[in-house]
Amino acid sequence: MDDDMACKELVELVTDYLEETLPDDMLVRFERHISGCNDCTNYLEQMRQTIHVTGQLKVESLAPQQRDDLLKLFRNWKQS
Amino acid sequence: MNPKSSLTVQILWSILSRVKAMNTAIDEALLVESLRAGDETAFTSLVEKYHLSLVRLARLYIRDGAIAEELAQETWMAVLRGLSNFEGRSSLKTWVFTILTNKAKTRGQREKRSLAFSDFENSTSDSLAVAPERFNDPAAEKWPNHWAAGAAPVSWAGIPEEIFLSGETMELISQTINGLPEAQRAVITLHDIDEISSQEICNILDISETNQRVLLHRARARVRQALENYLKQEH
Repeated sequence: MDDDMACKELVELVTDYLEETLPDDMLVRFERHISGCNDCTNYLEQMRQTIHVTGQLKVESLAPQQRDDLLKLFRNWKQS
Repeated sequence: MNPKSSLTVQILWSILSRVKAMNTAIDEALLVESLRAGDETAFTSLVEKYHLSLVRLARLYIRDGAIAEELAQETWMAVLRGLSNFEGRSSLKTWVFTILTNKAKTRGQREKRSLAFSDFENSTSDSLAVAPERFNDPAAEKWPNHWAAGAAPVSWAGIPEEIFLSGETMELISQTINGLPEAQRAVITLHDIDEISSQEICNILDISETNQRVLLHRARARVRQALENYLKQEH
């Protein structure tokens, strides 16, 4: 079948798939491929995990100095 | 699991997201009121949430960390001064980030430094999500363009979450992102770390939605590759 998606093509479409921007016909081909391909299922899961782990980088908190500076700024504004 | 697959699901989704948006709008209106009234807790919660993101965003335009910090502080000053005129036409987050972006752009230009989007011209091999040699030859008789034997990604399902969230893994991801071409670094930082919507990213960086997705995909693919290499040698 000439509309079969190859793995090489699928890996380039993962972000479009996750962002739900694939056109309908591509979405059908994507899901049909993924349902029968363990390797690409692994790839998709790895990308999901990558996004999840990258998101954890934000879980940093302010340094005490940053906090103090910002509070000072707020108190000055309040007084003005 | 595709929300497009059923009309009912689609309708439920749209109701849910509208309720969510309404709640956010109410929360924000209350927050703005508290800030105007000079409520320090409200301010603290806001800066806890966004200050580091602002500094990260500023650093996309300005290398110097101290100047980036200064710009983020100036942004908060402008936010406080502008509060009385804030009408809530955009979200508070968008408003704050737009102020920072404008300041950073002006400052960046003064430093003769602007975001370079030249990596669209990179060689094709560089722009692929996965190295082409990991797939069968396009002319192969059996399974052309499919994962080559022994080169396919393996499941990460058995790897404990602690490994992914360890300081070492976080450092690796952080370094990989820092080593990306600027435009990719900007997009993955804004999208996957600071959770800014694609549409807002396009406005901030002045790029099209398609370019935004291409950059995001390349960046994620590089981070995934770095993780794959690391996990392979460690486990």
